[in-house]
Amino acid sequence: MSLTVTNLTVRYGGREVLRDVGFALEPGAFCGLIGANGSGKTTLLRTILGFETPSAGRVERDGTVGYVPQKLQIAADMPVRARDLVALGLDGHRLGFSWPSAGRRRRVEEMLASVDALAFADQRVGELSGGQLQRVLIAHALVSGPKLLLLDEPLANLDLRAAAEIVALLKRVAGQGVTVLISAHDMNPLLGAMDRLVYLANGRAASGRTEQVVRTEVLSELYGYHIDVIRVHGRILVVAGNAEAHHHHDHDHVAAIP
Amino acid sequence: MFDSLMFGGFLASTVVQNALLIGAAAAVLSGIVGVFTVLRGQSFAGHALADVSSAGGALSLLLGINPMLGFFGLGLLGALGLTGRRRGDGDLAAGILLGTGLGLTALLLHFAVTMRGVAGAAVSVMFGSLFAAPPGAGVLAFFAALAGILLLALIYKPLLLASLDSELASVRGANIRLVAGVFLVLLALAVTLSAMAVGAILSTALLIGPAAAALRVSRRPWVAMLLAALFGVACCWGGVALAYASYDWTPGRVWPVSFFITSLVLLVYAAASWRRQ
Repeated sequence: MSLTVTNLTVRYGGREVLRDVGFALEPGAFCGLIGANGSGKTTLLRTILGFETPSAGRVERDGTVGYVPQKLQIAADMPVRARDLVALGLDGHRLGFSWPSAGRRRRVEEMLASVDALAFADQRVGELSGGQLQRVLIAHALVSGPKLLLLDEPLANLDLRAAAEIVALLKRVAGQGVTVLISAHDMNPLLGAMDRLVYLANGRAASGRTEQVVRTEVLSELYGYHIDVIRVHGRILVVAGNAEAHHHHDHDHVAAIP
Repeated sequence: MFDSLMFGGFLASTVVQNALLIGAAAAVLSGIVGVFTVLRGQSFAGHALADVSSAGGALSLLLGINPMLGFFGLGLLGALGLTGRRRGDGDLAAGILLGTGLGLTALLLHFAVTMRGVAGAAVSVMFGSLFAAPPGAGVLAFFAALAGILLLALIYKPLLLASLDSELASVRGANIRLVAGVFLVLLALAVTLSAMAVGAILSTALLIGPAAAALRVSRRPWVAMLLAALFGVACCWGGVALAYASYDWTPGRVWPVSFFITSLVLLVYAAASWRRQ
């Protein structure tokens, strides 16, 4: 397994953000980490990365990990080009001085090409659009050859076309044997690409293939109240329903849930 | 003015040579360190360290030791106080450090004036006295700047990545606590040299101004560092030249070097911002 999460519980100031979360991902899996804002997706990713210490349970990773953060607060005058950021993914941790090498330049060039970022490789990172920056961050994360790639809401703030392009790119990455775990509050852009998903609600998780997890019974159990799963034109809508009203065939839903 | 500079013994004066060397050392290190100070949002920490180092400058006057030792010693203590702080906490700690440092400076300057009769102690420490720097201070400043540049070269890559995003650097395996700690030491060294050139209070100008101007017009980190150093040296040497020339404007009285240096820094920044627009 590339990643195994076992009985993971994380508390912040007495509040249980994640409770008994467990799942395992095989090499090359493309897995969506789905949940509403505040459901614990970022906490789970940060715990896998080692930024948070779990109260119970454990995380086992096989090999190195690449990470694409949700936001990058880039100073307006940051004098770093897209290709510099990718190169820092290769040796940004190393102390000491090293002369630029042809091998390093070639590796960066190949990685920029593989994410279709050559056209804006010489632009400052602060000048890139959301989709362009995501591509460069993915290249930064992949250039060192990790076995596992974690992405925190990479599709947020992207238009539909850019989101679809990023998903297709990540699917190609998974096809090369890299395990991809991507968090999203809307699962629909990932539906065609996901092999499996981890659904988070109330700090608890259900995992498996989409059709196994995104079901009324499973999600109602997870949320602790009645949930309707509606499929419309290939899209999935998960909405909070009223159990009694549902029983009376009243579909007056009160809130939409990812 | 040109005649005064070229034929009036400007470059032949050992006092001026010393001042030019200190100014260049301060400008080069402050420019390079300043680029990262701006990118990391640590300008306030830099100002606080400068104010803490002023207590060291006052202490050196009181004890009669080399001012660089005093400035750097207290600056280093201040850097240790800021090490390991998160960005929000860092600002709070820097604010408290700044007040404590200035309070201590006031006390030590009081003792320096009343117990040792050091005339002009406050002006010297707070606003600099390049022309009154002890002989040999220039050479010492040169080697201190060289050591600082080598240290920065050692942590350059993880420092750059952490300046972009500390978590990215951490995931990549960089020791960001070590890098942040070493950078604070470099910051203390840079403000020490700047304090000797333009005074503790004004050292932030040399740290931030040339770096901010360089960042406005650079697309690569090394270009920004090179330009910041060049801008800083130009401002320092220009300031020394203008102060030297001012002897002729108000016969018998030299205007403060710090005034000219900080004014030139402002002009360079304004020009860089205008060019960017």
